[in-house]
Amino acid sequence: MHSPEEKSLPGRKGVWLVLVLGLALLLPGCRTRTDAREAGQPSGARSAGIAGARVAASPQQEDGQWLMPAKNYASTRFSALAQINVQNVGSLRPAWTFSTGNVRGHEAAPLVVGGTMYIVTPFPNYLYALDLTKPGAPAKWVYEPPVVNAAQGVACCDVVNRGAAYSDGKIFYNTLDNQTVAVDAATGKEVWRTKVGDINKGESMTMAPLVVKGKVLVGNSGGEFGVRGWLTALDAASGRIAWRAYSTGPDRDVLIGPDFEPFYASDRGRDLGVSSWPLGAWKTGGGTVWGWISYDPELDLIYYGTGNPGPWNPDQRPGDNKWTSGIFARDPDTGQARWFYQWNPHDLHDYDGINENVLLDLDIKGQRRKVLVRPERNGYVYVLDRATGEVLSADPFVYVNSSRGVDLKTGRLRIAPEKETGVGKLVREICPAAPGAKDWQPSAFSPRTGLLYMPHNNLCMDFEGMEANYIAGTPFVGANVKMYPGPGGHRGEFTAWDPATGKARWKIKENFPAWSGALVTAGDVVFYGTMEGWFKAVHARTGQELWKFKTGSGIIGQPITYRGPDGKQYVAVLSGVGGWAGAIVAGDLDPRDATAALGFVNAMADLPQHTTKGGMLYVFALP
Amino acid sequence: MSSRSPKAAVLILLLAGLALLAGKGVAGPVRELRVCADPNNLPFSNQRGEGFENALAEILAREMGATVRYTWWAQRRGFIRNTLRAGTCDIVLGVPSSFELALPTRPYYRSTYVFVYRKDRGISVRSFDDPALRTLRVGVQIIGDDYANTPPAHALASRGIVENVTGYTVYGDYARPNPPARIVEAVARGEVDVAVVWGPLAGYFAPRQGVPLESVPVSPQIDLPFLPQVFDISLGVRRGNDELKTELDGILERRRPEIDALLDRYGVPRA
Repeated sequence: MHSPEEKSLPGRKGVWLVLVLGLALLLPGCRTRTDAREAGQPSGARSAGIAGARVAASPQQEDGQWLMPAKNYASTRFSALAQINVQNVGSLRPAWTFSTGNVRGHEAAPLVVGGTMYIVTPFPNYLYALDLTKPGAPAKWVYEPPVVNAAQGVACCDVVNRGAAYSDGKIFYNTLDNQTVAVDAATGKEVWRTKVGDINKGESMTMAPLVVKGKVLVGNSGGEFGVRGWLTALDAASGRIAWRAYSTGPDRDVLIGPDFEPFYASDRGRDLGVSSWPLGAWKTGGGTVWGWISYDPELDLIYYGTGNPGPWNPDQRPGDNKWTSGIFARDPDTGQARWFYQWNPHDLHDYDGINENVLLDLDIKGQRRKVLVRPERNGYVYVLDRATGEVLSADPFVYVNSSRGVDLKTGRLRIAPEKETGVGKLVREICPAAPGAKDWQPSAFSPRTGLLYMPHNNLCMDFEGMEANYIAGTPFVGANVKMYPGPGGHRGEFTAWDPATGKARWKIKENFPAWSGALVTAGDVVFYGTMEGWFKAVHARTGQELWKFKTGSGIIGQPITYRGPDGKQYVAVLSGVGGWAGAIVAGDLDPRDATAALGFVNAMADLPQHTTKGGMLYVFALP
Repeated sequence: MSSRSPKAAVLILLLAGLALLAGKGVAGPVRELRVCADPNNLPFSNQRGEGFENALAEILAREMGATVRYTWWAQRRGFIRNTLRAGTCDIVLGVPSSFELALPTRPYYRSTYVFVYRKDRGISVRSFDDPALRTLRVGVQIIGDDYANTPPAHALASRGIVENVTGYTVYGDYARPNPPARIVEAVARGEVDVAVVWGPLAGYFAPRQGVPLESVPVSPQIDLPFLPQVFDISLGVRRGNDELKTELDGILERRRPEIDALLDRYGVPRA
C-alpha cells in the first residue's frame, strides 16, 4: 500500500533532507547537536522496511508535547507521533471540546505542556489552562490580563491572537494592547507584564512570541497606522527589555553593525533605512513584525520577516524603503543583524513579508545547503541559504502576474509594470491580491515526504481608482480594491510543495481561502481547517481526503497534536471564524460594501451563508 | 476668535434644549439621539463637547425633542464598523457625501484643503503648480498604506514633489489632545514652511498658534486626472435608516442659517 507513493519520494531523486529540530535542544536528554540530527529522519526512502524503522525511532525523540505554535525552532509543525495514521484516521472522533466564550477570530495554536493544555483567546486575550489528566479536560485556571478596551480600535482587521510560547515553567504571550506577559504555567499567576508598545500611536500586538536563549522575542502590528515596526527581546526571567531592533531608520536603531553582511549589493551601505525613503518618511515607515520567527541553534541566528511599508502610497515613497517587506537574520543575544533580504523592494501591492520561515537542510544540485524555505505573499516559494541570505530559487506556487520572477543574480523581484497601481489608475486583475498568495497561515513540513504543506489563497484584485473616505475628520481618497477568486474560480488552495524541485506535488482546491495553519505527522496525515468549519485529514503523499469533521464555526486556527497523559495521541484545533478573511462574519461587516475589510469582503460575500461565529476548541482521538 | 465662544455657544444651546424639553412636560419617555463621535478630535468633537459637531448634535437634538447620548470611539479605520454598524449609535456627524459605508444625509457644508504658512515668511502659495513647492519644506497629512491617502499627498506626489515633503499622520499620538493638529503646530514652529491641511482643522487651529498664519484654499479644486481637494460633508446614518435620514435632511434645511453661523464661529472655510 505504501509503495506507489514511495516512488515519488525525493530520495529517489537523490535529494537528502535533514530536519533541523531545534526543539530537541530544549528537551532533557536531547541536548546535543548529534541527538538533534538524529531526530530528523532522512526521507530518502530505500524500502518500506527502513521507512518503518525510521518511524519507530522517532517517538524516542518525540516527547508528545507542543511547546510553541510552530512545534519547533525550525518551524516544521511536524510531530513524530504516529498512532493516528493513514489507515486509522478515518475513525477519528471528538474526544472533548471547550468553549472560549469569545466570538472573534481564533488564530492561535493550543500548547500542551505535560498534562496541561493552554489556549489564548482573541481580545481580551484570556489564557486558559485545561487539565488533560481529568476526564473532559476541565479548566484549571484562567488568567485575565488587564487590557485596554480602546485597543480594539487600532486592530486593523480583527482582534486576533496567534498564540503563546512555553519555556522554563512560564507561558509567554502578547496582548492586543501591547503587553508581553509571563504567566506561571502551574499556578496561572502573573510572573511579569511589560508594556512594549502604545495603542495611542496605532501599535497593537497579535503575533506569538518565540523564546530563544532566555529571551522572549516579540514584534508589533499596525503598519496601516504609520507605526514603525520593531522586534523586541525581553529577558524571560524579569521581563526587562534587552534589545529592540527597528525595521526602519538609522543603522544604530536597526541594530546594523560590523557583523552585517547581506548577500546582495543593494542591501549594503550606511543608514539605508533612512536614505531609501523620502525625507523622514522612515519614522512612520511600517515594516511591522507581526508574523513568525524561527531559530537555528547551530548558526545561532533568528529569522523573521518585516511588514509592508507605510503609510505613504508607493508613488510618495520612491526608493527601496528599507528594511520593509524583507527578512532579517539576527544574533539572538544582541539583536545585531547578520543579513537581510528584501522580498518586495518598494512594495506596491501591500505584500507584507512576515510569513513563516521553515529551516531545512536540503540537497540542491548535489550540495547540502542549510536553507530557509519561505512561501511568500507575492506568490513565490523562496529557498534561501540561511547562513548568507542568498536566494537559491524562487518558484511561483499560484498564478502570479504582478511580477515576473526573481533575478537570481541581483536577488531582485522583477515587477510587472502593467500591474503597477496608482491614484486615478484603473488596474484590473492583479494576481495575487493584497492578502497575497499566502498570508500568515503557517505551513508544515514532513521530513518523511520532503514536502511542505501550505494552506493558501487563490485571489486576484482590481484596483479601481478612488472613493471618498473619512478618517479623523480628514477626507481622503481610497482605492476601490475588489478581490475575487483567481484562475479556477476557487478562493483557496492547500498545496503540497517540493522545495527541492520547486514544484507542487499535489493541490486541493478550497472554496474559501485556506486560512488555518497546517500540521503533519509521522503517521503521514496532514491536518488543516477550512473557513466553512471543516477540519480535514489528508494523505501526506497523495492529498487524498481521509477524514473530515464539521466544527461549529470556520477554522482559522493552527492545529496541533500531542500525546495525552493516557498515552493516546490527540489532535486539537481552535474553531472560530474571523481574521482579515473572516472579518465579514466575525466583524458583522456589510457584504454590500465591496471595499470593507480592505476589499476582502467582495471575495467573501457568501461566507455568512456557510458559517457563523463562535470560539470552540475541538480535540480528537481514535476510539 | 477665542476658544471660549464655542463652549459658550454649546452651553446656550444646551440650555435652550433643556428649556424646550421642560416645555414638553414629563409625560412620555424622552427621545434619545444616539451619536458616535471621536472623544479627542477638535474642531470636530471631543468628550467635553467643545467641537462644532458636538454643537451640531445639540441643534439636531433640540429639533427632534431629544437628548444627545454619545458613544466615544476614536475615528480611525473601523470607526463605522464599530459604531453605526455595531448598533451602538444611530448617527455620526461627519462623512463625505459620497460615502459608501453609511447612508449620508444632504451635505451641510463643503470645505477644501488649504495651504497654511506663516505670514512672516514671504510665502504666497495658492496652487499645487506653484514652483515654490519644489524648494520649500512642505508638510502634508497622511493616512495609511492601503492605497489610500489624502488628496494633497497625491497631488504633490503626482508632480514629483516628494523629497521635500514631510508626512503628518492624522492618527498621531492619541495620548495628546487633537492629534491631527500637529501639522498646524509644525508650521507655526517653522518645522515646515507650508502645510496642506483639511480646511476645518486649519480654520480652527491656525488662529490659535502664537504666530499669525495664513490659510489659502488650494487650487485646482479638482486636480487631474480626477482628484478632488474639495469635499461635501454630510451626517451619516445606518444604511436602510431612510426615515432618520429624511428627518435629519429636514432639520439641516430648516436650521441652515444656524448651522452656517456655527461653522463660521469655528472658522470652517467653505468652498
